[in-house]
Amino acid sequence: MSNMVNLTINGIAVSVEEDKTILEAAKELHIKIPTLCYHKDLCVAGNCRVCVVEQVGNHKLVASCATPVSEGMEINTNTLKVRNCRKHIIELLLTEHREECTKCYRNGHCELQELSAEYQITNQDFIDLVPDKNYTIDMLSPAIEKDDSKCIRCQRCVRTCAEIQSVGAIAVAHKGSEMKISTFFDRSLDEVVCTNCGQCIVHCPTGALTEKSYVEKVWDAIADPEAHVVVQTAPAVRVGLGEELGLGSGTRVTEKMVSALRRLGFDSVLDTNFTADLTIMEEGTELLTRLKRALVEDDPDVALPMATSCSPGWVKYIEHKYPEYLPNLSTCKSPQQMFGALAKTYYAKNIKVAPENIVSVSIMPCTAKKFEANRPEMKDSGYKDVDFVLTTRELAVMIRQAGIEFEKLNDESFDSIMGIGSGAGVIFGATGGVMEAALRTAYEIVTGREVPFDNLEITPVRGLEGVKEATVKIEGTVKEWDFLEGVELKCAVTNGLENAHQLMEAIKRGDKFYHFIEIMACPGGCLGGGGQPFPVDNEIRLKRMEAIYAEDRDLPIRKSHENPEIIQIYKEFLEKPLSHKSHKLLHTSYVKREQY
Amino acid sequence: MDFHEKLVQNLVFKHGKDRENLLPILQGVIDQERYLSEEVILKISKEMSIPAADVYGTASFYSFLDIEPRGKFVIRVCKTITCAMKGKNQIIQSIENFLKIKVGETTIDKKFTILQTNCLGWCHKAPAMLINDEIYTELTPESVVDILREYKEEN
Repeated sequence: MSNMVNLTINGIAVSVEEDKTILEAAKELHIKIPTLCYHKDLCVAGNCRVCVVEQVGNHKLVASCATPVSEGMEINTNTLKVRNCRKHIIELLLTEHREECTKCYRNGHCELQELSAEYQITNQDFIDLVPDKNYTIDMLSPAIEKDDSKCIRCQRCVRTCAEIQSVGAIAVAHKGSEMKISTFFDRSLDEVVCTNCGQCIVHCPTGALTEKSYVEKVWDAIADPEAHVVVQTAPAVRVGLGEELGLGSGTRVTEKMVSALRRLGFDSVLDTNFTADLTIMEEGTELLTRLKRALVEDDPDVALPMATSCSPGWVKYIEHKYPEYLPNLSTCKSPQQMFGALAKTYYAKNIKVAPENIVSVSIMPCTAKKFEANRPEMKDSGYKDVDFVLTTRELAVMIRQAGIEFEKLNDESFDSIMGIGSGAGVIFGATGGVMEAALRTAYEIVTGREVPFDNLEITPVRGLEGVKEATVKIEGTVKEWDFLEGVELKCAVTNGLENAHQLMEAIKRGDKFYHFIEIMACPGGCLGGGGQPFPVDNEIRLKRMEAIYAEDRDLPIRKSHENPEIIQIYKEFLEKPLSHKSHKLLHTSYVKREQY
Repeated sequence: MDFHEKLVQNLVFKHGKDRENLLPILQGVIDQERYLSEEVILKISKEMSIPAADVYGTASFYSFLDIEPRGKFVIRVCKTITCAMKGKNQIIQSIENFLKIKVGETTIDKKFTILQTNCLGWCHKAPAMLINDEIYTELTPESVVDILREYKEEN
């Protein structure tokens, strides 16, 4: 245990570990110091100065987020000097922030706005610098909009992109009053290495980075009497939506969400969990086929480890940074895109609606899904497979606009078909979930027995840890798969692209060998996605994760291959996994992209 | 292997791939090329495994690491107060008239670029200017033309 340090804050004595900052010590005393550039997920920057406090004996104020505690320190957080200074700092930040709060997408969710309200900033003592500021508003990306005029240069986005995601699409450029957050030669986010993961959005304190909103387009589709609007909801939305509508973190709202979607006017309310289960059938079979080629046929061209392809942020990352590993990526489309392709073929036929009249909407915890739906190859149904993608936050906007009292809604269940999902489908929303779901099915196909884990819960792949490993020894195989007898299936799971980068480097160096790796672009998996409610930290991610696993435990069917609708679709439509039809509709290819 | 690739590889080999060597490498390119092109920044980014946006951001911070095309001879006239009071405006006018370009521009033959710079530390011999790494002081509208004429005749 590290040494303890004694100090007083506002005259109250406190003893904390020596590596703590003044900000953390104050938190222990339940004294709130405002912050902007500080974020629990990121390294300390200390550039916004909003957290300044007075240290007795020091004539200058110190930034509490960046100053470590020391023995005998006397700190005051609420003196006249501190309050006045803080107020001026906020006023100065506002001089370079284009204040159009009532017209801003982040209105009501902006940390700068909250802080200005807290400090009652009503006067304008400083000159407004925005008209002279050299700013650009980048709206070219289908997923993310970047508005420099609202940027307060706290660099939370830059640290997020570099530290959590190891992407480095944005960096600090120029200096002094010209300093701005820029991409490579100030290109559009659409042209650069940006993975559209949206982590910069959830870490941005203002409206400088937002998702591109498609709410109005979806309202238009709902109002169109010709259109049959189909909506799918991703697993992580049901554990995030409640937060945005005033319920506690990790509240499960699946049934209320379904009834809200019906009240909004969607014609068919369906579940992405169904295609998550379908992904397991296709991807599991793909993995077993690759293993067979490697182990039985000694095929040197088979690419192992096979990597999951559900996370569009990860897919774009590997396209930019590790194009030599593209053959390792599963050819399976993500559940969203499988759903899109089926909505305008299988589902349209089933409900006897012409596919051109179907508008396919998806609700995702993700901003990269907006990019994915716009990929030119995602038109296998003959139409654009997924027309509009909304984030969890955008769905909450629609629910509020419709005047729905969310908490008071009755519980309702999804429409059928394509509305039943198993527990294996739900856990796609958490890091390790795809791996766990795949093992539940693949192990049973190969051995005829359930995975040897208590209550089907493969705990080694669960949790927020950066890289998780699991080895499953395959024993007692059925005849068809007897070449796998005794094989130790090596798996790895990672979340956040910095961890993915570490894993890929280890594989590249030859330090590690795996058969199957699951990679999710966002910390915690989809539940920590770029389209989920603000704010986010590990405490909140863990609550959402608990909710996902509780959802799994409570479902009657917990294995993808036992989902009756999955059995039905193979019988009526797809024939078998990796059939000609599923290759056409459910599988895709990837492209090599530029490195900037 | 093209010229730029070789230039970058040699510099990276000389200074090393660690991040702290980025500045000397960027400076090495400037010595040869007078500016950092998109192509060169991408090559440095790849060789050193630093994101391209980051290399661009670093280059854009420094006044002497240009990211726009520059001529073979970059003229930087000091704009700080002593030089300004000692007639830097007349010096600039004289240069502009002689080269037929404005501050910030480059001649069509890509030989000269005129820029202004902050204090060069030659206030005691103001007005001063730099041509690439050479300092010229106590300039007059006439002397500056003589100096430039010599550069113009040089190949």
